[in-house]
Amino acid sequence: MPLPRQEVDGTTPKYLRDKYAIVGIGETTYTRGSGITTRALGTWAVRNAILDAGLQPGDVDGMLDYSGGDSTSATFIAGDLGLRLNFYMDCVGGGSSTEALIGIAIGIMEAGLCKCVAIFRAMNGFSQVRIGGTGARSAAPVAGDMLHNRAYGWQSAGQSFAPTFMRHMYDYGTTPEQVAHVKMFHSRHASNNPKAYYKKRFTVEDVISSRFICKPLHLLDCCVETDNGTCVIVTSAERAKDLKQPLVLIRGVVGRCSKPRLDMHYQHGPISRVAGYYAKEILWPNAGVGPEDVDITGSYDAFTFTSMLQLEDYGFCKKGEGGNYVSDGTITLGGKRPNNTSGGHLCEAYTHGMNMVIENTRQLRHDVDDSCPVGADGKRRHTFDYKEGGCRQVKDVEVSANLGWANPATTSAMVMRKGW
Amino acid sequence: MATIDGDYMGMGLRIDDLDVENVEYFKHCAAHDFHLQACNQCGRFRYPPTTACPWCMSRESTWKKVEGKGTVHSYTEVHHAIQPAFRGKTPYMVLLVDLDTQKGQPTPDEALRVIGNLCTPDGQLAPPELVKSVGVGTRVRMVFSDVSAGIALPQWTIDETAQQPDKPWRYAQE
Repeated sequence: MPLPRQEVDGTTPKYLRDKYAIVGIGETTYTRGSGITTRALGTWAVRNAILDAGLQPGDVDGMLDYSGGDSTSATFIAGDLGLRLNFYMDCVGGGSSTEALIGIAIGIMEAGLCKCVAIFRAMNGFSQVRIGGTGARSAAPVAGDMLHNRAYGWQSAGQSFAPTFMRHMYDYGTTPEQVAHVKMFHSRHASNNPKAYYKKRFTVEDVISSRFICKPLHLLDCCVETDNGTCVIVTSAERAKDLKQPLVLIRGVVGRCSKPRLDMHYQHGPISRVAGYYAKEILWPNAGVGPEDVDITGSYDAFTFTSMLQLEDYGFCKKGEGGNYVSDGTITLGGKRPNNTSGGHLCEAYTHGMNMVIENTRQLRHDVDDSCPVGADGKRRHTFDYKEGGCRQVKDVEVSANLGWANPATTSAMVMRKGW
Repeated sequence: MATIDGDYMGMGLRIDDLDVENVEYFKHCAAHDFHLQACNQCGRFRYPPTTACPWCMSRESTWKKVEGKGTVHSYTEVHHAIQPAFRGKTPYMVLLVDLDTQKGQPTPDEALRVIGNLCTPDGQLAPPELVKSVGVGTRVRMVFSDVSAGIALPQWTIDETAQQPDKPWRYAQE
C-alpha cells in the first residue's frame, strides 16, 4: 500500500480511511429468466453475503437497497431472513448507487445508528422491467420533463448518452475501433469467469460489424440485461478482523457527484466531460492515493464508452486520450491496470454496479472464483495464465478503484485496499 | 386550466394542469412560436422549462420569443427504436443544437442546447437520405410538429438560407 500523498487534503476526516470494510459478498445465478421474484432474488443474495462473511443473521442490523421501482423493499428481505434492523432505507437509483450507499452505510455506522449494513440490489432486469427501456417502459405516456426527451424517441440509456459519446469522438478523434477494445477485453475476462452470462470472446471486428443500435453504439457496445440479486456487507474494520474472509478495507468514497444542470446536463459543457471530472477531486484526496497507485479498476460498462470516459475523467489518462488508454492493453488481464476482470456489465451481468464491487472485493482477497484448481485448504491455486477458460486473478493486487456511472452527469466511486 | 392530452404517432403526450411551465412552453410551440423563460433578475434564458433560474435561483421569469436558429452540437442516429411510436421511422436523428441566442454565455462551455429530431420543413421526421447529410456543424432552423390543440413539438430542419460547412462532421462508420 503506497503512503497517502502528502499534498492532498481530504474533505472527510482521514481517520475514516481503512476504518470500514467489505466483509461479505453475495450473488445469485446471473440469468435471463430467473423464474422467481425480486423478493426471492434479494433474499438469496443477502443470505449468500451473510454466509460469505461468516456473520450470524442477528449481526446484520442495517439494510440499504436501491431500485427504480422495479424491486422489493428491505422490509420483506429482512423479514424473510429474520433480521431485526436498527436502520433501513430503500433508495431510488440505478448505476452509481453502489458506492454511494457504501458511503451512506459508513456514515450511519459512524453516527452510531447501526453496526453492520447489508446493501442489496435485486432485479429481474431481463424478464420483468427491461433496463434498456423496452417493453412496458417504452409504451408509457410521456409527461413532465419527459416531454423534452422521450417525445423525440430519446429515451433509453444508450439514446440519452449518445450525444456525449459522439461529441467525444468529434472533440478528440476517438475511433470506433479504440472503444470496441473495451468489449474485447471484458469478454476475455468473462471467458475466465464461470458465472458470467456471456463467456464468449469477441474481437474488435465483431463489435464494429455488429448492427447499429443508435450511433455511435453497436449492439456489442451495449451491456447485457439480466435477472439477478447482489449484496455487499459493510462493517467496521475492527469487527471485520474476527470474520471469515481476508480483510478488504474501504479507503475512500465519493457518492452521487454530479455535473451542473442535472435537469438537463447537456446545457453545460464540455458535453464530452463526465462527472468523474468533479468526483476525482473528492475521491483521491479522501482515499489518500491517486490513479497511479491503483492496480485494478471497475469502471462501469453500461456501454464500452462509459468505461472509457470515466477512466479518462478520473485521471487514469489525459483528457482525450481515453481511446488510447482502453485499447493499448492496459485494461486487460495481464496489462498494467485491468478493468472489470469479471467481464462487467458488458458480459458477466447487469447489476447496476454491484458485480464490479463484488469482483474487486474478491480480487483484493486474492480469491476470485475462476477455474483454477482448489487446494486442500479450500483456497484456489491461481496460475495467472489468462488464456481462455483460465485464471482471472490479478497478481499481488493491493488497491482497487470502482467508478460508478448513472449517466454522463452523475457518478459515485470507491477505493478499496487489501488489508491483510 | 385542464390537463392537455395529445397523440403523437400513437404515443400519448400529456401536460398536467399543474405543470404550468410546460403548459406555457407548449402553448407557444402550438402557435409555431418558440418562447423560453427569461429570468426577471439576471435576464438569462434557460432551456428546458424550469421552476427557478439555474444561475441566480430567482423564481420569477418572463416568457420571451427566441429565434429558432442554431448549429448542431452533437447527435445520435437511432437505428433500433425502442418506443413503438418510432418503430418504422428508423433511422431517425436526435439533434442537440446550440441556439445562436446566448451561445457561450454565461461561460464559454454553456449554450441553450435544444433537442429535436431532424425533420423536413413541414415537421415530418426526415427521410434516410436527409439524415445522411447532417452532422456536427450543420446550421439548422426550428420547425414544429403539430400534435394536438395546445401541443406542438419544436423540431429542427436544415437551414436552406444559411451558409453550411463544406462537410459536417459525421460518425466514422456509415
